[in-house]
Amino acid sequence: MRSPSLRALSISTVAAFCVALSLVFFYAPIEAEEGFLQKIFYLHVPLAIVSLSGFVIGGLLAIAHLRTRDQRWDLRSYVAIHMSLIFGAAVLLTGSIWARASWGHWWVWNEPTLVSFLIIFLLYATYQPLRFAIEDPERQARYASVFAITAGAFVPLNFMAVRLSASYVHPRVLGSSSNLPGPMMLTFLVSLGAMALLFATLCSYELAAKRTRILLKARSRILGFQ
Amino acid sequence: MIFSAGSSPTSLAATLPNSNSGYVAAAYIVFLAIVLIYVAIMAVRLGRVERKVREMNAREREKERESV
Repeated sequence: MRSPSLRALSISTVAAFCVALSLVFFYAPIEAEEGFLQKIFYLHVPLAIVSLSGFVIGGLLAIAHLRTRDQRWDLRSYVAIHMSLIFGAAVLLTGSIWARASWGHWWVWNEPTLVSFLIIFLLYATYQPLRFAIEDPERQARYASVFAITAGAFVPLNFMAVRLSASYVHPRVLGSSSNLPGPMMLTFLVSLGAMALLFATLCSYELAAKRTRILLKARSRILGFQ
Repeated sequence: MIFSAGSSPTSLAATLPNSNSGYVAAAYIVFLAIVLIYVAIMAVRLGRVERKVREMNAREREKERESV
């Protein structure tokens, strides 16, 4: 599990987070309307972008699995979705904290952005029970891939539908209605990069751990220890 | 969250008393807690794998001794 690339990835993630947090708290100006509360934006929005991208990446990796029948692609797809779910939980929690401070409510049911993210999160929450309900490994991988592709296609469609919806109170970050000043945009992009690195690092660790467990199982089977 | 392009950056200390700094701290702590819980789970799993490897090596050595 201790490979040089994994170590380099871990060090660069820690360094990127140090830079990102320094920029968030010491460089980015205080926003005119929201004040200090807007600092949550540098955490919540990168988390959401990385989480949704992870779901889509999981779908793309599942396509590679169905095309090649190589189990490694299925493992990668599973890990990407697994990690995106963890990031998704963080999105919901940090978003609720921001909503409580900004709107006075932990959750607003008539806000399309919130509800659509919750739908995606709950949809993917069924991925693991579905996957592990099937015992045959090949069938499990195939069914999981079909699910990952279908749900992965749903993510951008859902995102576009929400952006086209007329009424929303949730702020838009990367759109025509937001005009992020230079220092804020720089801080946001560095935070996004750091979050993407964290995602890649955790996925790499998870993949390494899963591969090690698979190898260990195979070895113990060969040696007759099980 | 509308960003006024012309607004001048305000100093951090000047805004802190009236701000929702508790909520900001809570959000960052929640994020840190999630990452730490994940890392702790990974550490437990790694410990289990290391224990299994040690057990397997010991049993392999035992087998080798028996065959000699």
